[in-house]
Amino acid sequence: MENKIKIEGSNFKSPSLGGVGEASYIDLYKSNHESIKKHSAPLMNNLRDDAFALFEELGFPTKALEDYKYSDLKEPLSVDYGLNINRLPIPVNPYDVFKCDVPGIHSYLYFVVNDAFYPVNDPRNSQLPEGVIIGSVKQVAETNPELFKDYFGKLSSTKQDGLLAFNGAFAQDGFFMYMPENVVLDKPVQLINIMRSDVDFMAVSHNLIILEKGSKAQLLVCDHTMDEVRFLSNRVTEVFVGENATYEHYKLENTHVKTTNLSTLLIDQSDSSTVLGNVITLHNGITRNTIEIDLDGEHCETLLCGMVIGDKNQQVDNFTSIIHNKPNCNSQELFKYVLDGEAKGGFTGKLYVAKDAQKTAAFQTNRNILLNKSAKMRTKPQLEIYADDVKCSHGATIGSLDETAKFYMQSRGISEAEAKLLLMFAFTNDVIEKIRIPALQDRIKLLVEKRLRGELSKCEGCIICQ
Amino acid sequence: MLEIKNLHASINGKEILRGLDLTVRPGEIHAIMGPNGAGKSTLASVLSGNQAFEVTKGEVNFYGKNLLELSPEDRSREGIFLSFQYPVEIPGVSMVNFMRTAVNEHRKYKNLEPISATDFLRMMREKKELVEMDNKLANRSVNEGFSGGEKKRNEIFQMAMLDPRLSILDETDSGLDIDALRIVANGVNKLKRPDNASILITHYQRLLDYIIPDFVHVLYDGRIVKTGGKELALELEEKGYDWIKKEVEEK
Repeated sequence: MENKIKIEGSNFKSPSLGGVGEASYIDLYKSNHESIKKHSAPLMNNLRDDAFALFEELGFPTKALEDYKYSDLKEPLSVDYGLNINRLPIPVNPYDVFKCDVPGIHSYLYFVVNDAFYPVNDPRNSQLPEGVIIGSVKQVAETNPELFKDYFGKLSSTKQDGLLAFNGAFAQDGFFMYMPENVVLDKPVQLINIMRSDVDFMAVSHNLIILEKGSKAQLLVCDHTMDEVRFLSNRVTEVFVGENATYEHYKLENTHVKTTNLSTLLIDQSDSSTVLGNVITLHNGITRNTIEIDLDGEHCETLLCGMVIGDKNQQVDNFTSIIHNKPNCNSQELFKYVLDGEAKGGFTGKLYVAKDAQKTAAFQTNRNILLNKSAKMRTKPQLEIYADDVKCSHGATIGSLDETAKFYMQSRGISEAEAKLLLMFAFTNDVIEKIRIPALQDRIKLLVEKRLRGELSKCEGCIICQ
Repeated sequence: MLEIKNLHASINGKEILRGLDLTVRPGEIHAIMGPNGAGKSTLASVLSGNQAFEVTKGEVNFYGKNLLELSPEDRSREGIFLSFQYPVEIPGVSMVNFMRTAVNEHRKYKNLEPISATDFLRMMREKKELVEMDNKLANRSVNEGFSGGEKKRNEIFQMAMLDPRLSILDETDSGLDIDALRIVANGVNKLKRPDNASILITHYQRLLDYIIPDFVHVLYDGRIVKTGGKELALELEEKGYDWIKKEVEEK
C-alpha cells in the first residue's frame, strides 16, 4: 500500500470518549458543544441544542423499537470511535486516491472526506450551469443564509428518531446542492463519501439538496472505505423537489465488512414532481437505510428501488416509508435481496395514504432469494390507508432459486454454478434496469456479476483493495 | 450411439420405467409413441438427467460412456439435446446471453476458445432463419411471454445452435398449429445428418407426416412392447392403443 497516506502527528480522536454508548456521547456534547458549534455554521447550530435534548431523551434506537426491529445496532454503536469535532484537516487528496469505478460516467464529481466537504473542485469538472450551487453545507449556510434557512432541518428535526437526533447534534458539515428554476443538469452529479482514518472513526454529516420548479438533477452517491479500521457513518440527506422538478438519487454502497452505514434519506415532493430512488448495497458491513418520501403535492410520480447482495455476516435493513399526503399520486416500490452465508436482511415497506389522498396508486414489491439455510430475511409490508378511492398492492416473497429454470439451463450445457449465477443476475436485473444513467447501469451490471461470482469482496475503487 | 438396457426408473417411489431397451444408431430417427402414462416423458427426463427421477436399475451408454453418471450439463456437452415438452420461462435472462453462455460452455468442454462476437451473431442469424424465428424473440428473455408455437420453435433454434449428436424431442408437436408444426418439422429435417440421430416422443401420428421415422416404438407400461416401421404409426392412428394393450396382456 504505497500510496496510503499517513497522518503524522494529528490525532483524530479530538476528545477521547472514555466509555462508549449514549452516556459518553452525551458527556462529549456537554463538554464540547462550543467547539462543535464553533466549527459549524450558526444556521446549523440553531437546531443543535434541541436535537441534542431529543437525543438525550431517545438515546440510540434498539431492536425493541418497531421501526428498528430488523436493525441490530447495539454492537457497532458501542465501539469507541473518534470524532473530528475540531475539524482537523485530513491530509488526503481524494482526486489522487480515488479512481472512479464507473468508466464513461462523465459526472460532476465531488467528495465528502469522512464528514467534511472536500473544498477542491475537480479540475475536470466542466462549469456548472448558471445559478447551480454545489458545495459545503456549512459554507453555504454562512454565505447564502436566505437560501438555506427555509430548508435545513425542516424534514429531519421533526422526527422522533435517535439516529436523526444524534445527527442534528453532531453534524457539522455535508454536501449541498441547489438547482435553480428550470435548470437541467446535462450530466449526473457524483458524490463520493470517502472514509479515511487510522483509528476507528465516526462520521456525522448532513446533506441538503434543493431543486426549484422545473429543474432536473441526478445524484449518484457512492460510499467507499479506504482503511481497514472500523467506520461508522451517520448521514442525513434532505431533498426538496419543487413543482415539476425531477430528482434521481442513486446510492451505491461498496464498503468493507467493518463499516456501519446509517443513512437517512428524506425527500419532500411538490406538485407534479418526479423522484427516482435506487439504493444498491453490493458489499458492506452493517447497513441501515431509512428512506422517507413525502408526497406533499398532487400528481407526483415516485419510484423507489433497491437491491442487496449479502453474504458473510453482512446485515442490511432498508426501512422505507412513502407518505401519500395529497391525491392523484403514483408510487412504486421494488426491492430485491440475494442473501448467502449468514447474511441478515430486513425490509419494511411503510405506505401511508392520508384521508384526502384519493386516487392514490401505490404498488410495492419485495422479493428475496436465500441461497442457503443460514441466511435470514425478514420483510414487512406496512400499509395504512385512510382514503377510500385508492389502488394499492403489496407483495413479499422469500424463496430459493427456481429449480426448473436451473435444470433447463443445465440441459443446454450450462454448468450448475453458471446457471445459478444467471438466475441470480436475472433476479436483480429489473432493479438495475430502472437506472437511467446508461454508463452507471452498465457498470452496475458488471459489478453485480462480479459480486455474484464472488470476485468482488471489497470495493474496487479503494486503495486497500488494489 | 445410444444403448439403453433394462432401464428402470421411478419418481417418488413409483416405478414408471420397467425394463426399457432401446438402441439408436447414427442417422436414425426413432419415434416413441404410446398412451398417456406409459412413461414417454419419463424416458426423456431420465436421459437428460432430471434429478426428480431415480434410476433404480439398468444402463444407458452413449458413445461408450455411462450416461447415467454424467451431470445434466455434461450430457448436453456430450451431444444430447432435449426439446422440452414445456419449455421454461426465465425472466431476466436474455436469449442472447443464454445462448452465448451455452455455446461457450460447449466449446470449453471441447477445449475451444469462446466464440467471437461476430461469429456468434452470424450463427444466431443463420439458425434463426432455420426456424423462421422473429428477430425480436431473440432479444427477449428466455421464453418469457412466448406463445406455445414460439416456445417450440425456440427449442429447435437452440437445438440448431448446439448441434447435438442425439436430440430428444418430447411432444414437440403438442400445442402447435399446422403452420408452426410444419416450421418445426422443417427445422428438424434440415438438421438431420448421417452422423446424428433423433428420438421423437409423440402422442399422435401427425408429426410423423412431416418427419419420417426409421423406427416406430410403442411404449406401454414402462417398456417398449412393439417396434415397427413408419407404417406402425399409421396403424396406431387408425386403431388406437387398445389392441397393443391386449397383445401385451395376452403374452
